[in-house]
Amino acid sequence: MTLSARLLRATTYAGLGFASLLSVFPFYWMLVSMTNSAVQVANGKLTFGNQFLANVQELFASVDMLRVLFNSAVVAVVGTVLTIAISSAAGYGFEIFRSRFKDRIFALLLLMLSVPFAAMMIPLFVMFAQAGLMNSFTAILLPGVASIFIVFYFRQATKAFPHELRDAARIDGLNEWQIFLRIYLPVMKSTYAAATVIVFMANWNAYLWPLIVLQTNDMKTITLVVSSLVSAYNPNYGVVSVAAVIATLPTCFVFFLLQRSFVEGLTGGVK
Amino acid sequence: MNSRRTEIWGWSFLLPALVLLGLFMIYPILSSLWLSLHSGKGMNLSFAGAANITRLIDDPVFFRALSNTLLFLVVQVPIMIFLALIFAVALNDRALWGRAWFRTAIFLPCVTSLVTYSVLFKSMFAYDGVVNDTLLLLNIVDLPIPWLTDPGWARVVIIIAITWRWTGYNMIFFLAALQNIDRSIYEQARIDGVPAYARLVRLTMPMLKPIILFLFIISTIGTLQLFDEVMNITEGGPADATLTLSLYIYNLTFKFMPSYGYAATVSYVIVLLVAILSWIQFRIAKDS
Repeated sequence: MTLSARLLRATTYAGLGFASLLSVFPFYWMLVSMTNSAVQVANGKLTFGNQFLANVQELFASVDMLRVLFNSAVVAVVGTVLTIAISSAAGYGFEIFRSRFKDRIFALLLLMLSVPFAAMMIPLFVMFAQAGLMNSFTAILLPGVASIFIVFYFRQATKAFPHELRDAARIDGLNEWQIFLRIYLPVMKSTYAAATVIVFMANWNAYLWPLIVLQTNDMKTITLVVSSLVSAYNPNYGVVSVAAVIATLPTCFVFFLLQRSFVEGLTGGVK
Repeated sequence: MNSRRTEIWGWSFLLPALVLLGLFMIYPILSSLWLSLHSGKGMNLSFAGAANITRLIDDPVFFRALSNTLLFLVVQVPIMIFLALIFAVALNDRALWGRAWFRTAIFLPCVTSLVTYSVLFKSMFAYDGVVNDTLLLLNIVDLPIPWLTDPGWARVVIIIAITWRWTGYNMIFFLAALQNIDRSIYEQARIDGVPAYARLVRLTMPMLKPIILFLFIISTIGTLQLFDEVMNITEGGPADATLTLSLYIYNLTFKFMPSYGYAATVSYVIVLLVAILSWIQFRIAKDS
């Protein structure tokens, strides 16, 4: 190995090591802060303390955590199931039953993929307020269940779905929905897994729309609770960190359980 | 099966999604445009023609939010994409020891929600906090940096935070693309004595052009909508130094006396910017 190659190698390890350290540090910080008092966190204490139970107690005393976690779970699970069901059917439909008219609709949808949420937010808010649906799961979930991105994702994936399977199923006398549910769904398992990860993460972490729609404490999700704890005049970061860990655990779990699908899901749209 | 029946079956798959998208996407987008022609408080709106545009031109807070947003875009996106590319190229080397560990570590920030990591950054960058402690300890600074109370430094914190959260995400796209590039090209270049940086600039980057363009576009769209971080780390402050367009729209609608018409006008500025910037980026990619 030449000197310059060795130097490059050393720089690479140093750079990657430093980047990894910076990437992981905030996680360590979150875990450490969870066990320290507000003052200790504010002073940058880097070692584990003994305030963990006190922080947990304070969090559970100020917030109805069971209710909050229930809300988050409903939003994430129901939202994910509905989104995947409706959007995967549409993605399948766009690819299998192609026509010029449908292709035009699809092109129009793709164009809208880049319209920012801010441009829809106000009419959506007015709409749900006038329908008397503010502060409800319906208001949170309904605008998101038809996701253009997921429709697009499934349309791309459907290109790889073998035609022979569909033809054989038709000869067997299955109707189109039976083909979709009994043949397509099991065959496309990995696509569904990846899409589930994306949608679950997005729903669990959703912030702006829930912030607008959910107004009472008994409807808040964990993401909103973390945010409102820290917007207090003098936030107790020990307590905030406990909430932050609780908010991160499910997505961490999903990540390590489905790491493959997770990465596939992120990059799948452009392959 | 005749084609008319197939047609009906086909629509049965599309209809639920299309109805929902029409109701909760197409209608709101058009309704925003209509609202932007009106002014008034709350739902007492009257037709105002171009009055909102006049207000926009005279609104210093709007220009503040616009320039902040563009600053984040111009500074943060290139830094992040460059870092992501460098990490991906380094990690694509099969001889590298511990590459799976490095990759997981750099990607890990992606599992946090935008709100959660914002909250962590707010506490880390506190005046007596861990970042200042470390900088003082290493003698990089003599006095603690007023990260969150100085307008300039507050912007730096936002840029650092976004870069932390999204570099790994961008890196994964590069890694996926690099895996599709034939390794023998690199072997040949190395044998021919092409130095590392030239391999990066002359070989890798041209081949990754579509991905770089894609990442620039999605990062642009994301940055123009920047909200969670500035809301939770700085609340747009100090002195509007980190106010973004999305946060301004939120404030106009839900914090101040609601002026839906004007807020809708500002939201169309974002729509326009996304359209223009995507178009420019496509043109640049085409020309070069």
